[in-house]
Amino acid sequence: MDASLVLIQFLNGMQLGVLLFLLASGLTLTFGIMDFVNLAHGSLYMIGAFFCASLTFWTGSFVWGLLLAIPCTALVGLAVELSVIRHLYARDHLDHVLATFGLILCFDTLTQLIWGPEGISVPLPDVLDGQVTLLPGIVFPTFRLVIILGGLLVAGGLYWLVNHTKLGMLIRAGASNRTMVGALGIDIQTLFTAVFALGAVLAGLAGMLIAPITEASIGMGNEIIITAFVVIIVGGIGSMKGAFIAALLIGLIDTMGRSFLDDLFKLVMSTEAAETSAPAVSAMLIYILMAVVLAIRPQGLFPPKVR
Amino acid sequence: MADVSTTDPAGGARKLSVASWFMVACLVALAVIPVAIYAGGNAFWLDIATRLVVLSIAAVSLNLILGFGGMVSFGHAAYLGIGAYCVGIPTYHALFGEFELIATNSGIFHVILAVIVSAVFALITGAICLRTKGVYFIMITMAFGQMIFYLFVSLETYGADDGLVITSRSEIPGIDMDNPLAFYFLCYGSLLAVIYLVHRIVNSRFGMVIQGAKGNEDRMRSLGYSTYVYRLAAYVIAGAICGYAGALLGNFTSFISPDMMDWAASGELMFMVILGGTSMVFGPVIGAALFLLLEQLLSAFTVHWHLPFGIMLILTVLFVKGGISGLLARMGRSNG
Repeated sequence: MDASLVLIQFLNGMQLGVLLFLLASGLTLTFGIMDFVNLAHGSLYMIGAFFCASLTFWTGSFVWGLLLAIPCTALVGLAVELSVIRHLYARDHLDHVLATFGLILCFDTLTQLIWGPEGISVPLPDVLDGQVTLLPGIVFPTFRLVIILGGLLVAGGLYWLVNHTKLGMLIRAGASNRTMVGALGIDIQTLFTAVFALGAVLAGLAGMLIAPITEASIGMGNEIIITAFVVIIVGGIGSMKGAFIAALLIGLIDTMGRSFLDDLFKLVMSTEAAETSAPAVSAMLIYILMAVVLAIRPQGLFPPKVR
Repeated sequence: MADVSTTDPAGGARKLSVASWFMVACLVALAVIPVAIYAGGNAFWLDIATRLVVLSIAAVSLNLILGFGGMVSFGHAAYLGIGAYCVGIPTYHALFGEFELIATNSGIFHVILAVIVSAVFALITGAICLRTKGVYFIMITMAFGQMIFYLFVSLETYGADDGLVITSRSEIPGIDMDNPLAFYFLCYGSLLAVIYLVHRIVNSRFGMVIQGAKGNEDRMRSLGYSTYVYRLAAYVIAGAICGYAGALLGNFTSFISPDMMDWAASGELMFMVILGGTSMVFGPVIGAALFLLLEQLLSAFTVHWHLPFGIMLILTVLFVKGGISGLLARMGRSNG
């Protein structure tokens, strides 16, 4: 366990963390404002990745592909909100869960019909494809660094949007008392649609950013969305700050656990026992963290002040 | 068990007539039709019926907490998986050695192990989950379900995500488990027993507290009931029953994989419960039957059957309130 490996895994953990934040922020926004549980959020992540893949091949450039995929994902988000989601706000959470579970099945199958069952790998431009030397002897893929910086930039942008703009003011007001906001003459339905589309774009962006690393594949969203749920549960559902801190925390713990848990276990048990138990424990690590947090604070680390 | 169909004392007598006749008809049909087709030489539908009966047990157990207790668990398939692995792992060790303590083919042992492990898992996770409410509860049960899923995915010894194939079914004295008919009637008998058990639970004092806590928790608390303990007990019972269903499922498929407890599997169980209707103990059986029929019909037309299925799921949520048993209840009311 040498220091440079720890640093590299720390950065990998940060990269997973910012992706989780992009997903979790949309989830926590839709929950905080509309009181809506969206299981299909992961599908928007997948759609973003596939749009980005197709558009990258079409335009011949990943950057253009990404920029064009953003409005496309927003359109899908709008279409879903207008056709299905908006009829569900007044229903209970069980109906949300079932209907969005149905949406996942539709999205997965439609994606398979349109793009085929195979995953699509997305080529990076040469500028982003290389490695950078961070410190003497420590090299890190450029693109992963771009993801981290881009994610932090988006987080900063969201902070500004929520705290310093008119839309943000409406979002915060809608989260604390939506009936009152409606009574003050704000078109609450449009606000909801806008927030849902914003969440869709954030999820899609996460998918676009990960596509060059993993490739765009069917069901890619269903794996990461559960982790994003863990993030918002730990952070406190509805809290942006909680989502940010918990996302980084869980990204780091998951990555570090998978890399170093066997070494840690070898300190206290036989090599063989450590090598069998470490993968099992590291697969469960974030859920154990969630259980511990909930046992101490059932509302998460940073529950929003209202509701 | 005449009043299985209702938990609503007022006006219950009328809807009971339609719904409970329907239930008896369904159960008789389940006992006769698959067997008749099998005797006619077609084994396929007996397979479907066995799966239906096993999944029905799981769905009925989920309905105990979801429908009657208002605890929307999105991780119930975890118990199916746990139950199945409680068959698979001892059988594996009976064949390949190691872990002498649990290495056996005894079905009685498998079932007891499945029920106990499921109950313990339900007790531990339930104690944490039930501290929370609403959407937290949904997501946390889901997350714990995934936790178990990933645990088995990472266990290389037991096949990881390729799954575990068992070469022989559990051995239960007096029952030839390899005879499809005998196995079917074991499952069918189990379903009857579970329906009766859940019916007794729902209509007992305990069940009334659970339902009361769903309707108005503050009132139950002020009446002096510790709703947390009651809920936890119901959660453990449901988990144990579903673990039993898992042991049957593991024997039935002889192939045990983490996919059994994927969250999609939990979603399907939930869909069966909601489609069948949550107000009747028997409702989920109808839901499971419709689900399996839909699966067979749609997948006969297209490999992409998840698309029409997903659309139907959305439409059911948007337009059908109270599931099939809700429709039956409404029919009962308009007829009477």
